[in-house]
Amino acid sequence: MLEIKNLHVKLEEEDKQILKGVDLTVEPGQVAAIMGPNGSGKSTLSYVLSGRDGYEVTDGAATLLGEDILELEPEERAAAGLFLAFQYPVEIPGVGNMTFLRTALNGQRKARGEEELSAADFLKLVREKAKALKIDADMLKRPVNVGFSGGEKKRNEILQMSVLEPKMCIMDETDSGLDVDAMKLVADGVNALRDAGRSFLVITHYQRLLDHIKPDVVHIMADGKIIKSGGPELALEVETNGYADILAEVA
Amino acid sequence: MALPAQKFEAADGLLARHAAPEAGAVWAVEARDAAAARLRAMGAPMRRDEYWKFTNPAALTIAATQAAVFAVDEEPIFDDIDRVKVVFVDGVLRRDLSDDLSLEGVEIETLGEALAKDIHWARDLFGVLEARGQDPVDRPMAALNTAVAGEGLVIRVTGKAPKPLSLIYVHENETSDAVLHHLVRLEEGADFTLLENGPAAARFNKVVEVDVADGAAFHHVRAQGRDHERKTATHMFARLGEESAYKSFTLTVNGVLTRNEQVIEFTGDNAAATVAGACAGDGDEFHHDDTVFVTHDAVNCESRQVFKKVLRNGAVGVFQGKILVQPDAQKTDGYQISQGLLLDDDSQFLAKPELEIYADDVACSHGSTCGGVDETAMFYLTSRGVPKPEAQDMLVLAFIDEAIQEIEDEALADDIRDLLAGWLSRHRA
Ligand SMILES: Nc1ncnc2c1ncn2[C@@H]1O[C@H](COP(=O)(O)OP(=O)(O)O)[C@@H](O)[C@H]1O
Ligand SMILES: [Mg+2]
Repeated sequence: MLEIKNLHVKLEEEDKQILKGVDLTVEPGQVAAIMGPNGSGKSTLSYVLSGRDGYEVTDGAATLLGEDILELEPEERAAAGLFLAFQYPVEIPGVGNMTFLRTALNGQRKARGEEELSAADFLKLVREKAKALKIDADMLKRPVNVGFSGGEKKRNEILQMSVLEPKMCIMDETDSGLDVDAMKLVADGVNALRDAGRSFLVITHYQRLLDHIKPDVVHIMADGKIIKSGGPELALEVETNGYADILAEVA
Repeated sequence: MALPAQKFEAADGLLARHAAPEAGAVWAVEARDAAAARLRAMGAPMRRDEYWKFTNPAALTIAATQAAVFAVDEEPIFDDIDRVKVVFVDGVLRRDLSDDLSLEGVEIETLGEALAKDIHWARDLFGVLEARGQDPVDRPMAALNTAVAGEGLVIRVTGKAPKPLSLIYVHENETSDAVLHHLVRLEEGADFTLLENGPAAARFNKVVEVDVADGAAFHHVRAQGRDHERKTATHMFARLGEESAYKSFTLTVNGVLTRNEQVIEFTGDNAAATVAGACAGDGDEFHHDDTVFVTHDAVNCESRQVFKKVLRNGAVGVFQGKILVQPDAQKTDGYQISQGLLLDDDSQFLAKPELEIYADDVACSHGSTCGGVDETAMFYLTSRGVPKPEAQDMLVLAFIDEAIQEIEDEALADDIRDLLAGWLSRHRA
């Protein structure tokens, strides 16, 4: 599904190397977790994959279903099936949640040569998905993320993911700022989407999300590289011992 | 300070440019002569005038009208609004194209009819607010207008008008040089909505004097669009009585030169006025100027100025806005915001916000910002699959919507939104 090879990334504006050779493969249907200390480059990886400005790829490659995505615009990557649930979802005053989501969905469908969804069908689809995530009609009517609590913003990310049905879902610390109930809702939303043709890359600090969303593999990222990969037990090890042992082990 | 001789020569030139209007009653002739004298005393506007620092008035003052091509198809706007339509073609009333000039609670005459009568209430309004508005800043194009205008409507509102009066300004002559002067008098407790749209002429000078009596409410929504080459100078002069309301919104798209001045004076306590505007300009030919002067001379009045300008490909937007609070105007609440959204490095937003306050118990705030599209929001939208041009339009519309929200009537506001969305989709990077 997603193949990242020797990815080197620096900031465009300053001479600062952030990713220093990331190698990572996510298989179709797989749930992969990335854990790692703060500042190790996890968010940067997610931004670079989704096409945010401000980064320069100095070496390496990334492909989604065999297609080189690094040259694509963000909206083209989205249409190709990539989705990033933001660590910090963006508030956009004046842009309605529904208008936004509908334009996004139809933009993707159009780009893929599919028929656009009618207003009525779209409404039906969103209502159904929103209900499962306990997102009420009032929230849907408001401007994108404006006045949403931290948990509401994260649930809104998952709503967008459910509606857009991407193939490759990257989730950047979706669990941060969630209470236990909200985390359960988010995890249920994600688990409902699990499918042989869909993969997840779950970036997290904590084991607790992984209790709900069971990963197939766990990767540890430090200083811009994947330094260790393993099964779910690796997350447990981090939970109990922190990163010190692993860092020492590979040093 | 001695004014340069050219200013006076140019003033004579302006007066000579227009055919003399029909003589009219004695008071009307006197009002026009007084306006001509005002113009001669202040001279024509010139680039070096402080008030024209950001906007070159040359295209408005030169003798010959520069040809301006016109769009043949009429923009569908206010179509779904039940209204009384009055059509002016190149500044001339066309009864054959208009609805009957009849509206419940409203008396409508032409300027020519009113100015011909020896006794008419218009005597207390025609050129009166314009003359008051000449202090402390000269508005020569308005004085010119009073001196030469022969066309316009004279409107007296005595009750709550059941529907808006919609003035449609059609442009059909490539070199038309039109002058319109409307008078609107709202009697106590009256409620009236005036709509205006259309390019009007190759060159257009319009004045509206609005007298809002105690407890009356005046609503105004205007869409200046279509023709790219038109040059326009408009003035609205308003006097507000006690507990009255004045709400004006203008959308401007296209146009090589547009100068919209609004001069608002609070003379009765507890009144409220909003002057809002949005403009969208594409290309280095586009120049749009909002110049607003609000004078608080009564207690506990609220004024709002809300202006948004979206500029691309070298377009220029100007805002000059002033709130003047006189010594006795305690409890004044004055608010002013002007914001420019630049879609590239070539465009310019020039703002001169001013507060002048002589009362001590007031709350006045003003702000002016200028910047580009929020890149973080752009990334968020596009990362979800929203195509870049649509994402930008969404952000532009969101930016402008704060001004559109100042329109009270939702149907009118939606019409403006549609118009703008259509324009944006036709003017992408
Ligand atoms: N736009 C930026 N400007 C400056 N430094 C940045 C920027 N983006 C990332 N960094 C730096 O890159 C490193 C990795 O950051 P990030 O990807 O956010 O890490 P993580 O998500 O793993 O906590 C940090 O040292 C961070 O300060
Ligand atoms: Mg991060």
